[in-house]
Amino acid sequence: MILRILSENSLRMALVAALLAALALSTGARAAEGGYRLDRAPIDPGSQASLQAGARTFVNYCLNCHGAQFMRYNRLQDIGLTDKQIKDNLLFTADKVGETMKIAMRTADAKVWFGVAPPDLSVIARARGANWLYTYLRAFYRDPKTPTGWNNAVFPNVAMPHALWTLQGEQALERVTVKDHGGHETTETRFRTIRAGTQSMSEYDRTVLDLTNFLVYVGEPVAQERKRIGVYVLFALGILFVFAYALKREFWKDVH
Amino acid sequence: MSSKLMALWEWFDARMPSVAIEYKKHLAEYYAPKNFNFWYYFGSLAMFVLVIQIVSGIWLTMSYKPDAGLAFGSVEYIMRDVPGGWIIRYIHSTGSSAFFLVVYLHMFRGMLYGSYKSPRELIWIFGVLIYLCLMGEAFLGYLLPWGQMSYWGAQVIVNLFAVVPVIGPDLALFIRGDYVISDVTLNRFFALHVIALPLALLGLVVVHLLALHDVGSNNPDGVEIKKVKDANGKPLDGIPFHPYYTVKDIVGVVVFLAGFCIVMFFAPEMGGYFLEYNNFVPADPLVTPEHIAPLWYFTPFYSILRAIPPLFSSQFPGVLAMGLSVMVLFFLPWLDRSPVKSIRYRGAYYKIALGVFVVAFFVLGYLGTEPTTVWGRFEFDAFFMDTTEIATWVARLGTLLYFLFFLLMPWYTARDAVKPVPERVTS
Repeated sequence: MILRILSENSLRMALVAALLAALALSTGARAAEGGYRLDRAPIDPGSQASLQAGARTFVNYCLNCHGAQFMRYNRLQDIGLTDKQIKDNLLFTADKVGETMKIAMRTADAKVWFGVAPPDLSVIARARGANWLYTYLRAFYRDPKTPTGWNNAVFPNVAMPHALWTLQGEQALERVTVKDHGGHETTETRFRTIRAGTQSMSEYDRTVLDLTNFLVYVGEPVAQERKRIGVYVLFALGILFVFAYALKREFWKDVH
Repeated sequence: MSSKLMALWEWFDARMPSVAIEYKKHLAEYYAPKNFNFWYYFGSLAMFVLVIQIVSGIWLTMSYKPDAGLAFGSVEYIMRDVPGGWIIRYIHSTGSSAFFLVVYLHMFRGMLYGSYKSPRELIWIFGVLIYLCLMGEAFLGYLLPWGQMSYWGAQVIVNLFAVVPVIGPDLALFIRGDYVISDVTLNRFFALHVIALPLALLGLVVVHLLALHDVGSNNPDGVEIKKVKDANGKPLDGIPFHPYYTVKDIVGVVVFLAGFCIVMFFAPEMGGYFLEYNNFVPADPLVTPEHIAPLWYFTPFYSILRAIPPLFSSQFPGVLAMGLSVMVLFFLPWLDRSPVKSIRYRGAYYKIALGVFVVAFFVLGYLGTEPTTVWGRFEFDAFFMDTTEIATWVARLGTLLYFLFFLLMPWYTARDAVKPVPERVTS
């Protein structure tokens, strides 16, 4: 009897363990091409100040070549802005706050100018992940071999020039050989500042972090509300469980 | 009940007595064994998820546009502008993974307790047909969001048909309706996904249940409860499905919903396993993604496909192996020669074989989500090795074990040291 229970329980436990292992393995699913290690983006989706700063950077620097065609301007009320604030500060490419964040550049023209059309950024954070965006936007460097004079350590030979270069300044990529504690030699890539931008390194990291935070928000504007509703739903299910279980106990009293 | 309602019911019953008859036959007087355990929740849960998928699917159809130029945007429109649309969409996307999870556990229950054995072979066959339908439904539905994985996943699967000797290329063309996956393909997949296969699925569920209710349910002891009846002809170890199992299954549904809602509200992408990251990139026929992976529920079979080496530069052996890996399930009732049903009374052979099978299935499933280079390469290269990828060789071993579980079954189940089965169910 005990053996029997054991064998069934261990099967069940093995199943659960295997499922958990599969989930644990899933965390590293999005890696960079070129093998450049991604920095972790410590975004705060609850910070309206960060999201608003990100929105400002987005409309000023990104929303000329990239659109966010599924995102409506007036949805930005989510991040604490009024229609008037949106209209006065963020509405450069549209007339009405009910419009989506489209751009004037045509895809065919963009292909001629850049080689590829700049992708729409509505769900880019869901495709790439926050860490990728955060690292990518900080990994541009000067490279005379590319048509734009810019290259990127995360996305080698990317068609996009460094749109935020006035903020970050210019940096060069250097490969240096370092010895670890065991004396093994490994090659590391490092950035060296050639010319400073208008922001310090930590200010620029903050700018990119806010922008990343905003892009994550744009990817799924409902995300915060979703989690809030989820707590109520689980609470309601918890109450339902108590009644459902009591009902089952009551009916099964006479089954022996 | 008030007398007026009673009168109305009598009026109805006189004109359509089959309602009361069927209610008794399938619920109030359907005697199910009283010793169902944890594993027996998944049948009713599968039906519950089917309802979830149909209802959420109907609502998605109200705003979705089956048009190559509009499909991707219409999904985002549902996510952003349709009131409550994001809930409906996440219910449906989480539901598809939940469906497979529940069905896999339901099938595994059958293997634990020999539920496919005589006299329940037909129930099992209808069940495998349901599973096939479900795979078709998942494959067709996955094209609809028109993301990169939708597009290239469909491309890979349809091209599988192209490797069939002689008729292959024409067959693939017939399925696609075009030389590439295109708007035509999207439209027909939509039609098949929202009406053709759901109809077939519902019909199969009906016959699955009819066949079950004709012979009666198996149980964790593998004992036929109909053999021991009381003076009224009711099985002594049976209890009416309603109310006993309806109230029990409600508990199961609530617990299931809690898990479902944790995923839906807090991790709808489930780390890329329920919604693939690359599918948030619109379909682009000119850009092939570096790594095309199906969703988790297809990955064991995808692994088998990739594991089999091509023959005369044709991928047909791999496709054949993948097809056989599902089709072999149909033969399970006849491959199993054991005199007992339940794993409780089987010997070590079957327990070991089933354990190896489960491990092989999980390893194949995991490898199918990753590129074949995930575990690196062997440092040596023998003359017979067409590849040095470790993961490919492990997948080959997994494929071999997967098939050996079935092919050796007549041998090891017939020789297994079984224990005596009790007359009545144990509590």
